[in-house]
Amino acid sequence: MPRGFGQFGGPHERGYGDGKISKTVWRLFGFVFKNYKISLPFIALCIAVTSLTTLTSNLFTKTLIDDYIVPMTESGSTDFGPLAAAMLRLGAILLTGVIASFTCNLLTVYMGNGTLRKLREEIFAHMQKLPLRWFDAHTHGEVMSVYTNDVDTLRQVVSQSAPGILRSLVTIVATLASMIVMSPVLSVISIALAALMFFITRKLGGISKKYFTERQKNLGIINGFIEEMVSGQKVVKVYNHEEVAMEQFAVINENMRRSVYNANSVGNIIGPVNANLGHFGYVLLAAVGAILAVKGFVPLTLGTIVAFLTLQRNFNRPISQISNEINSLAMASAGSDRVYALLDEKPQADEGKVTLEGNAASGWQWRFPDGTRTPLEGLVALKDVDFGYVPDKQVLYDITLTAYPGQKIAFVGGTGAGKTTITNLINRFYEIQDGTIHYDGISIADISLPSLRRSLGTVLQESKLFSGTIMDNIRYGRLDATDEECRAAARLACADAFIRRMPDGYMTMLSSDGGNLSQGERQLLCIARAAVANPPVLILDEATSSIDTRTEKLIQKGMDSLMKGRTTFVIAHRLSTVQNADYIMVLDRGRIIERGKHAELLALKGKYYELYTGNQIA
Amino acid sequence: MFKTVFKEVRQYRTALFLTPVWTSAEVVMGVLIPYVTASLIDKGLNAGNLPAVYKYGGIMLLLAVLSLVFGILAGRYAAYSSTGLAANLRKAMYSNIQRFSFSDIDKYSAAGLVTRMTTDVSSIQNATQMLLRTSFRAPLNLIFSFAMCLFINKRLSLIFLGAMVLLAVALTMMISRASKLFKQMLVQYDTLNGVIRENVDAIRVVKAFVRENHGISLFDKAALDLYAISIKAETIMSFNQPVMNIVVYGCIMAVSWFGAHSIVGGNLTTGELTSLFSYIMMVMSSLMMLSMIFVQVTQSAASVSRVAQVIEEEPDMSNPADPETSVEAGSVDFEHVYFSYKKGGDNAVEDINLHIEPGETIGIIGGTGSGKSSIAYLICRLYDVSEGCVKVGGKDVRSYDMDALRQHVAIVLQQSTLFSGTILENLRWGNPSATFEECVEACRAACADGFVTSFPDGYDTVIEQGGVNVSGGQRQRLCIARALLKKPEILILDDSTSAVDTATDAAIRKELITSVPGITTIIIAQRILSIKDADRIIVMEDGRVNGIGTHEELLAGNEIYKDIYSLQTSGGEADFDA
Repeated sequence: MPRGFGQFGGPHERGYGDGKISKTVWRLFGFVFKNYKISLPFIALCIAVTSLTTLTSNLFTKTLIDDYIVPMTESGSTDFGPLAAAMLRLGAILLTGVIASFTCNLLTVYMGNGTLRKLREEIFAHMQKLPLRWFDAHTHGEVMSVYTNDVDTLRQVVSQSAPGILRSLVTIVATLASMIVMSPVLSVISIALAALMFFITRKLGGISKKYFTERQKNLGIINGFIEEMVSGQKVVKVYNHEEVAMEQFAVINENMRRSVYNANSVGNIIGPVNANLGHFGYVLLAAVGAILAVKGFVPLTLGTIVAFLTLQRNFNRPISQISNEINSLAMASAGSDRVYALLDEKPQADEGKVTLEGNAASGWQWRFPDGTRTPLEGLVALKDVDFGYVPDKQVLYDITLTAYPGQKIAFVGGTGAGKTTITNLINRFYEIQDGTIHYDGISIADISLPSLRRSLGTVLQESKLFSGTIMDNIRYGRLDATDEECRAAARLACADAFIRRMPDGYMTMLSSDGGNLSQGERQLLCIARAAVANPPVLILDEATSSIDTRTEKLIQKGMDSLMKGRTTFVIAHRLSTVQNADYIMVLDRGRIIERGKHAELLALKGKYYELYTGNQIA
Repeated sequence: MFKTVFKEVRQYRTALFLTPVWTSAEVVMGVLIPYVTASLIDKGLNAGNLPAVYKYGGIMLLLAVLSLVFGILAGRYAAYSSTGLAANLRKAMYSNIQRFSFSDIDKYSAAGLVTRMTTDVSSIQNATQMLLRTSFRAPLNLIFSFAMCLFINKRLSLIFLGAMVLLAVALTMMISRASKLFKQMLVQYDTLNGVIRENVDAIRVVKAFVRENHGISLFDKAALDLYAISIKAETIMSFNQPVMNIVVYGCIMAVSWFGAHSIVGGNLTTGELTSLFSYIMMVMSSLMMLSMIFVQVTQSAASVSRVAQVIEEEPDMSNPADPETSVEAGSVDFEHVYFSYKKGGDNAVEDINLHIEPGETIGIIGGTGSGKSSIAYLICRLYDVSEGCVKVGGKDVRSYDMDALRQHVAIVLQQSTLFSGTILENLRWGNPSATFEECVEACRAACADGFVTSFPDGYDTVIEQGGVNVSGGQRQRLCIARALLKKPEILILDDSTSAVDTATDAAIRKELITSVPGITTIIIAQRILSIKDADRIIVMEDGRVNGIGTHEELLAGNEIYKDIYSLQTSGGEADFDA
């Protein structure tokens, strides 16, 4: 089956179970059972019918020889009528088997793909509710790998391993029953042989697991090396480091080869060992059967021995199959562990009951749980706020500030001073540890999360766009905006001119990395996206990345017109932004150390002055 | 392309050729065993002849032991040669990548090269192993089993022939239809993954605009499309088993019927009949195997061509026949230089004429895409000019040994890349034999010593992959120190202080003047503050030199420079990019 093409090649590359079938695999079976209550019994029935018909066709050899051919040769009769009747009966049984097997396959296809789809949708929907903290803690590669590698491993479990085990079990029970009926003595030998075989397969599985773990380890090492060195190849060249890199690579490459060789050769041996153990068993049974029959210890017919030998073959196959499937369930455990770890993550709590109503044209209102409404003013107040991304590493201390309706608050300060963190708390990307944040006098925890965020327009520093047309990207700000409203927003953001210069104008398709646009143009689109949402309060993170002068002027103009008349928090990098701010908050290592208007702060000759002049003052 | 890949078998050639020998031997044993079984039944069991049972049982055991030995050999040799091939392929690719020029790397993209060296190689490895183990087995099995059938009974064998043709036609039809659908399924997979990737990548935007449900509906649609196409493809494939079953059952019934007639007529023994049943299964399963081989080969062909491409790629830059090995002076000249990243593409720089004196400090400023970095790349010959020539120390850069040129011209690239390892190890990329003191000195000059010594492990601090445990500004300073350790004649800083604050930026420039006096320094920057003290400043616009002069001269006479200046510093020299 094709896998998704994550950056990790195989399903078992990250982490490897301890060889036991994890509890999460049973949860997965539970999930399948819950969703396919009706199909499952049918599948089981079909599997049973299929196995039984296979058995019948195998047993037919005995019937054919003992009941028809031998009597006919002995009596010299040439009446094939009874045989024809038997053949017809067999044909009917076999046809039933074919139908059952087809039905079973079809149902499994639906069940397997359906489970996968439901599981994917459930994972994705759940992921959407997780707090940003979770996304910070997991790399994109890790997240992608859950969807591609791990979910696909589970597909194997649902559509192959589970039906496989069921089929094998049915075959074993049915075969064993007929074997015992046929000859209890031979059955004992057969069971002993099967036990031996099961033991050997499991043993080999154990050995291969050791090598497999080693192989995964080396795979990780070599992939890491290639990833790092090839991505940094330009630096390798600039430093003439090619030969050293080659030497390191040769060692890693050889380790990799050796461990894959070990793992694969054990894997390759399992097949022949099983097949030939089967042959040994065959000879053993034939010899014992012959001795018993010839010496007359047990009443055995020729047909019985022949049929028994055929059964023996069919008995071996499911046994090695079951032990292989058990191995693969153990391997899938790591994948299902990760899938359920994601599903078990707690979503961000949202107990807010106050909701946002109205729109920019008719005016925004807060609706309280008791049904009363108050108009939205845009007053945001933080009081004694403390915060840390990780429990014992505080990054904000005692932040207190008030933005009155329509005011523009600028944050300035060095990297890591906490500017972005403050804005992340206002829109509840993260939850504060101590203190309070009030919005029009309502604690933001009491406002429902979607309402809170809808009331805050955000332009982030990194201009992320989505694949789709330019129009789609602007409309992302407000899904029911008309084309004309989108164009108006683009005009407000000074993006209209460059969009119309594009070959397909507003209908130009963008790739997800926005590759066909310059950095500056992407930012203009992000501003237009926020403009079409037309929110009462704005959070702007000015981009630090440098853009050519003309575009930079446009962006500045776009941002200025967007800020007009709204309460705005802006993480400022541009002088004009700071100069126009009603209040400037100077942050240093998580504290507001200076605050005031531009002129006041300059007069202070403190940190702001230092940043402003670019000179360190002693 | 298959030839290029196959050539890399090298020292594993013997193993590769022996594998089919072992598999063939194994197949022969496998085919003989049912025949011996027939004798065991007919001459031993049927006749009640115990010595015959022992005899044929013994032969069968011997054959089984041989078959086991051959099977194990085949398995090990297949693993040995396929993993060996994979290792050689990785090595061949990696060593050729070492010869790649910058434009070659751009052509494939680093991510593309990584996929080729990992995913594509494993796919070739798996396909090779499978081919080695089955490509001989399946046809041999088919031929031998069929030969045995003919040997036992010609007339009954004709039934097989008919069945084989039927099965082959049915399988081919199914596979060709399904493989088209499977291809569409892969595309759908990419779409689904694209939705996830975009959503995770822009999760802050998603949350800020409360578009979680919008994302879910996009995802659900992609998941539904994938579901629909998977069902379609797999439904076709689920005809596989029933068709196979019908054919096999048909054969069993036909053989039973006609076999019974033959036995009664005295033309066939019961033992032979049971052997025939075994051969039916063998013939059919080898047909199945053949169809799987077909699928596997077509699937891995894409990987083979992608890998072969990298191995065959001739780097577009090479050393001259009699190269200069040392750079005499730090002067740089550009004479009517034109350059484009893609052959026939738009020019990145046009008609550049420059003369830089040894020891001069030059600033280059201009918007993104104005050609600043291109100038830097051309000086250390990371790319070749399309027209004109670039001279270092008075000689064309193409006349130097490339290693020597890059040793004397140190460039700090925009992406400040560090490698996993200690800080000291990273610094010594600049000079493998640098002493600890030299490293510390370089770090002082780059204003990095302060934060390095503040780490608990100092210079032995381990940098994690991607340098994620040091900040952007710290990374940039370490990269500058690493370049200084080359003791170059010319130092090029390509926007290398963008992430450090203005004060540190100024300090670095001051340190550089005192610690490495006399070297030619070229500073590319976005911040006017970073370059305003340079001896001369070059203003770039749209790939051309717009103006050259000192800060004051440009302020007086260059519109673009004035624009940038006023935008960045009106009212003061402020910069909040800290």
